[in-house]
Amino acid sequence: MATPLTDPRAARDAVLARVRSALKLTGDRGAARAAAEAYLAARAQGPRPRIDGDLTERFVLRAGHMASTVERLADRSAVPQAVARYLDALQLPPALAAQQSRAGVCWPEFAALDWAGAGLAIEARPTQGDDRLGITGCYCAIAETGTLVVLSGPDTPTATTLLPDTHIAVLAPDRIVAGMEDAFALIRRERGAVPRAINMISGPSRTGDIEQTIVLGAHGPFRVHILLVG
Amino acid sequence: MQVSSMKFKATAHVKLHDARLQENLAKLKPKFVNARRNSLSEVDDFEATRAAGKAIRDRALDNLDVWLEIFERNAAARGATVLFAENPADVNALVLEIAARHAVRKIVKVKSMVSEESALDHAIEAAGLQVVETDLGEYILQINDYEAPSHIVGPVLHKSKDEVADLFAKAHGTPRKTGVEELCREARQVLRQHYLTADMGVSGGNFFVAETGSVVLVTNEGNATLSTTLPKVHVAISGIEKIVPTLEDVATLMRLLPRSATGQSISNYVDIYTGPKGEGEHHGAEHMYFIVVDSGRTGILGSEVREALRCIRCGACMNHCPVYQNVGGHSYGWVYPGPIGSILTPMYVGLEQAQELPAASTLCNQCGVVCPVMIPLPDLQRKLREQAFSRGLRPWYERAALKAWSFVALRPGLYALATRIGVRVMKLVAGRDGRIHRLPIGAGWTDGRDLAAPAGRTFRELYRARGAR
Repeated sequence: MATPLTDPRAARDAVLARVRSALKLTGDRGAARAAAEAYLAARAQGPRPRIDGDLTERFVLRAGHMASTVERLADRSAVPQAVARYLDALQLPPALAAQQSRAGVCWPEFAALDWAGAGLAIEARPTQGDDRLGITGCYCAIAETGTLVVLSGPDTPTATTLLPDTHIAVLAPDRIVAGMEDAFALIRRERGAVPRAINMISGPSRTGDIEQTIVLGAHGPFRVHILLVG
Repeated sequence: MQVSSMKFKATAHVKLHDARLQENLAKLKPKFVNARRNSLSEVDDFEATRAAGKAIRDRALDNLDVWLEIFERNAAARGATVLFAENPADVNALVLEIAARHAVRKIVKVKSMVSEESALDHAIEAAGLQVVETDLGEYILQINDYEAPSHIVGPVLHKSKDEVADLFAKAHGTPRKTGVEELCREARQVLRQHYLTADMGVSGGNFFVAETGSVVLVTNEGNATLSTTLPKVHVAISGIEKIVPTLEDVATLMRLLPRSATGQSISNYVDIYTGPKGEGEHHGAEHMYFIVVDSGRTGILGSEVREALRCIRCGACMNHCPVYQNVGGHSYGWVYPGPIGSILTPMYVGLEQAQELPAASTLCNQCGVVCPVMIPLPDLQRKLREQAFSRGLRPWYERAALKAWSFVALRPGLYALATRIGVRVMKLVAGRDGRIHRLPIGAGWTDGRDLAAPAGRTFRELYRARGAR
């Protein structure tokens, strides 16, 4: 029989009782709980690949493997011109020509940049779903896999990384960490708790469902461009 | 989902002669198998990482009650509602109840194998609500009148682009497209509207993280991110066994899962969701629910095939299985195909409904070698075969033959005599080319190939002759 939502305890207790019976566990579970808490506190890591040399170089290499593109910029004020250059250089088939649009949205932290001076029409608002271009920052990035880490929050509307056809992310090289473990450690250290969403993005949205042929832009962006600033 | 696993042989026979399927299956090897192998070298010590993955899964399973409690506590502390489902009917009832509570009319769904177990989409539609599968493969199956998936990672592996083109033209009422890219773009446009107008997103869960009370979702398409970010309600459904203790454990498992599944270093979107959205957030679900599902898992936990619960659903076992490679996923007759399906299906639906599956294996152990969490799949298949025999589920002639064989094998003198006669008769039957073209009681073997006949003397005779020399 289905358990009504209004009384979910019965199903919960039944499942936990069946788990204990299956594991032949009886009596006090205090010792097991203490062992579990100790494991959580220890935060043991598994074997990790060695990363020789510069984290930024590794990040750029791996991001390229995941079909992201990367450009290095000296400072933040150069971002609008770089975005304009990137859009102009896109060579799109006629069916996708509309994606070259110079209008889009950005996270509030980029509101003050001189977008108009670069010939761009960028609004600092969360995307509604029909924007061509989304410009975001990111919390940190992972060198091992070329991954951008985006955390949810009032000033970091996450869908802006995903709904527009083109996602351009601004990343500071000193925010590149070696592996996923280091990204989690950074979040714990700087934020205390994990936010609602940790979105780890490695290149454009892709599908291989039809005849195992890889197509970019399945549901999310067709392309991800990373501006390494600083 | 209806179980048709006992028709394995008949279905497999049809699939072997399905030219289109064979062409699609032939692509498995160059794509998934080679890509996996090439990606392993990026991890300095893949075997050590596999061992760590196994240890993480065992740690969770050995004290699963405690980890479930910790998960529940931490998820609740972040404002999510954790519900338990004892069986498939519970899963469907809970989803519908949540939908009713929030006046949901349209649901976008992320591929979830556990929801296939309970045929959740049918239950949603029967309740008068709309559900849209958002994984491209699952969407194609949905608009083809809920055709069954044939692979847990690539559900429409069996379909050609021409078939998809026909389906899209019919379902969307658009001019027929021919290229894969055009087809994907058309699906993107159709699904985009659904994301923006859905009230609820239903996802599976690759992992439930005890430490943080979170769900981890892994996709390449980004459909999980959209389905759980835009609608006001998010329901994540997964089995009780999908618990992992820490985020560090997630990091280790994520070195194994994408490489084993598609040969990628990382999947394009790895999301970790914890609780409903906070104050001032524009995107994200306002209400978050977890449905933690038993549906037979505690039965496996207490059985001799417990190790199957370590599975992280990568599909490597089927990609590397010589049987799967030839007959495809539909032959297995339920949600989970391939070697892992040959364990899970009998355990979830009953051995009497699926005993053909553990028998449909050469025990070559390719699956065991590639499994990222070291599930000894052939050993588990053997255990289920033994159960099928000892419970009297095998046909009378098979049981009689095995009894006769064991009678002879336990008597060395009789065995020597029987084999001496046997090899001579077979040599005689074979004739000049040394091959037996047709065996009266073994037509299943000789229909497809000849049997090389013995040379005329038994091993023991040859051994004795050699020793005397």
